Amino acid sequence: MIDAGRVSRRDFVAALIAEIPDALVVTGLGSATYDVYSAGDRAQTFYLWGAMGAAVPMALGLALAQPERSVVAVTGDAEHLMGIGTLGTISAARPPNLTVVVLDNAHFGETGMQRSHTGLGTDLASVARGFGIETVLQVASLAGVPPVADRVRGRVGTTYVHVLIHADEPPRALPPRDGVANKNVFRAALGLPTF
Amino acid sequence: MPTQNSRMTDTSWSEAVFRVLKNGNVTQVAFVPDAGLSDIIGLAQRDPAVRDLVLTTEEEGVAIACGAWLGGQRAVLLMQSSGVGNCVNMFSLLTNCQFPFLTLVAMRGEYAELNPWQVPMGRATQQVLELMGIQVLRADKAEEVEDMVSAALDAVFEANDRVAVLLGQKLIGRKKWERE
Repeated sequence: MIDAGRVSRRDFVAALIAEIPDALVVTGLGSATYDVYSAGDRAQTFYLWGAMGAAVPMALGLALAQPERSVVAVTGDAEHLMGIGTLGTISAARPPNLTVVVLDNAHFGETGMQRSHTGLGTDLASVARGFGIETVLQVASLAGVPPVADRVRGRVGTTYVHVLIHADEPPRALPPRDGVANKNVFRAALGLPTF
Repeated sequence: MPTQNSRMTDTSWSEAVFRVLKNGNVTQVAFVPDAGLSDIIGLAQRDPAVRDLVLTTEEEGVAIACGAWLGGQRAVLLMQSSGVGNCVNMFSLLTNCQFPFLTLVAMRGEYAELNPWQVPMGRATQQVLELMGIQVLRADKAEEVEDMVSAALDAVFEANDRVAVLLGQKLIGRKKWERE
């Protein structure tokens, strides 16, 4: 089903990643991880394969540790909702270099396309505003990519991006599942030792 | 209703703990408050070189600590024993990726506990941590806290380990239930 009010997840993520080559990226388990990997493997991406709810708080800790870099969490609506309270923590901390990108297909894509809360009444953009995030962008087409990329590169304020995507299932693109290797490669790209 | 900061106890150990964290270059202090941790939290909040992060639930702090480490900073998670239960699946992040992890856990549900609702998780706290691959140290006396936290910090950030220091309820003191 193609909904004119929604964008292809792969097209959106590929276009965004291409515009922000220097950003540090954390991806939420499932399709968001596949989307970012499909856009091209990069040392400065941390791919989550589990720990549902971790993508956004992990990006928060990273953003505070690396204030001179743009940090982006790319995750799905259900992964995000499992740790939704983190938006309150982010609102209190207000890291100017953090962008949270939520790919919302209103379904649990990994487990059989059951309808999720965002298809049953929850509006994530309103949720983010309610938590006190001041800059909330809603995107439903590729025309939304440049303004999002500008916010990412600008590091001028915490930004929440609610991306309405089709509930389709593009081919899986699976990054390596070795979290230790991913961590070490990521840190090496920042000039940091393994530990 | 309980009051905050109303336990009858000597908390000079809190200052020693904060000094250990500072000397150990911990720059992110994530917490869900407990009365027994309030002095450490206050010290973190007043220190401009330390970022204090109030959490809505403890598992956020596990992920924040991992993100901080990815970016080259050291973090600590402060929580009550009840919060350990909230963290269980998030602890898999530590094991899978071998992230260093330091947490200080204020115990409830043990010594002189008047609230039975604290008991089930308090009694399970050490085992839950150990089941998820986290080494557990425990301090029950004020004079042993500083060295215990220092030992944990070294193991975590020098040997890349995962360590929880349980701060016993006897150390923290009896909770007063009457407002003054």
